[in-house]
Amino acid sequence: MRILVVGGGMGGTILANNLARRLSGELKSGKASITMLSASEKHMYQPGLLYVAVGKMTPDELYRDQVSLLESSITFRVDPVTKFNLKENNVVTESGKQYDYDIIVISTGSRTFAEGTPGLAENALQFYTEADAVNMYKRLQHFDGGKVVVAVGVPHKCPMAPLEITFMLADYFRERGIWDKVQMHYTYPIGRVHSLEPVAQWAQPEFDRLGITYETLFNMKEVTENKVISEEGTEAEYDLLVTVPSHKGMQVIEDSDLGAGGFIPTNRTRLNIEGYENAFVIGDTTNLPISKAGSTAHFEAEALAENIASTIKIGTPVRDYDGKVFCFIEAGEGKATYAMFNYQNPPNPKAPTKGIHWFKTAYNKMYWASARGLL
Amino acid sequence: MECNVAERKVVDAKNTFCPGPLMELIGQMKMAEVGDELEILSTDQGSANDIPEWINKVGHEMIDSFEKEGVWHIVVKKAK
Ligand SMILES: Cc1cc2nc3c(=O)[nH]c(=O)nc-3n(C[C@H](O)[C@H](O)[C@H](O)COP(=O)(O)OP(=O)(O)OC[C@H]3O[C@@H](n4cnc5c(N)ncnc54)[C@H](O)[C@@H]3O)c2cc1C
Repeated sequence: MRILVVGGGMGGTILANNLARRLSGELKSGKASITMLSASEKHMYQPGLLYVAVGKMTPDELYRDQVSLLESSITFRVDPVTKFNLKENNVVTESGKQYDYDIIVISTGSRTFAEGTPGLAENALQFYTEADAVNMYKRLQHFDGGKVVVAVGVPHKCPMAPLEITFMLADYFRERGIWDKVQMHYTYPIGRVHSLEPVAQWAQPEFDRLGITYETLFNMKEVTENKVISEEGTEAEYDLLVTVPSHKGMQVIEDSDLGAGGFIPTNRTRLNIEGYENAFVIGDTTNLPISKAGSTAHFEAEALAENIASTIKIGTPVRDYDGKVFCFIEAGEGKATYAMFNYQNPPNPKAPTKGIHWFKTAYNKMYWASARGLL
Repeated sequence: MECNVAERKVVDAKNTFCPGPLMELIGQMKMAEVGDELEILSTDQGSANDIPEWINKVGHEMIDSFEKEGVWHIVVKKAK
């Protein structure tokens, strides 16, 4: 049984390690093999980019060698897929090789698509890549006051990031002693300040308390040198614009006709690609209407690994992915909270505390144990 | 009213909380062509109010909205 995992990020790594442990006997006897193809020899802890953007971490702290995170029974190759041929059960890679499989799991993630909003790339700060986060911090250092606007595209990964960057920027300006010279304005695509209602109920009075103004039902249409124009016909003028642009899946997904926008139609409990029994997708690349977050990829990976292993051992999957998502929320002022929910149970976040912030800070280091499957 | 049901795309956002039905609809509308119809399914009462407000504000066309067995169905046509 040849298992091919495409993508060595959060979802792919947790899945491959979990599966390697469950199938250790089959891997030893040669009955099964696990191969991972990725686009990079490095693994990035993406949530750390938020801290890089405000000068609280440096990029080198965010990387590990991918090989060091994987069980030794997994064959790892840096050779990005350029074409998925699901009907023929193979993929073709950048090096020109063809990899045949019996089971494939795709976890190639998502990326910002700044080009989708005219003027955004030229005028706005971003923090979703290393280069963008470093650039943002350098720009912040030279900012001495004025109107700061936060604007958000749809869809985007990490639903907490827009709120978090707003609170972290407020902290940053306070620490620099220029808060009285800054006017922060937060915009959000839907009719409240966060998609999760209880989070919105908590965040809105926080904004009021801090003097941060906000506008909801605001979707970026175009960015000019000094203002953002919304689809809804309003405008927000800025001196500094911080954005989370809308996202797409990887180009190879669209090139292989697997899904519009690079997001693959996925069964919400079994995680197979619609129409295929031996092809699965986890993480940001699914088209599921749930949060594009590391924790989503993590819980999907655990459920899927259990099902692939049981299918190999007893011929049938044993559990459904229940839609579980867990997100920390950095609330500024040294405090944090979290939201946990699934398809059946809505989130019910508690008031932010210093303890949860410390736990999140520790998790920033513990992430590597989680990727190895030890947590 | 001309209504080509075969070309209507259904977006199933039942029992999902984040990003939620409206954000899901906004994302899908971006990928749709002018004239396409989308039907969003939601179990969230809040979005049953939010979605028509957004459609109105942006200037898309609301085709239908009804509740059936606890599920809101909102049908919208991309107008621009
Ligand atoms: C600023 C920021 C803050 C965040 N904060 C949080 C947070 O606090 N909590 C949280 O849960 N999530 C957070 N996230 C989101 C989280 O990082 C992602 O949702 C998660 O990494 C998704 O996992 P994935 O496996 O789908 O994709 P990724 O982890 O992005 O991995 C994709 C992998 O696919 C590989 N790849 C790409 N193209 C190809 C190809 N053609 N062939 C082979 N391999 C390919 C890449 O090299 C990479 O290894 C944050 C993200 C950002 C950017």
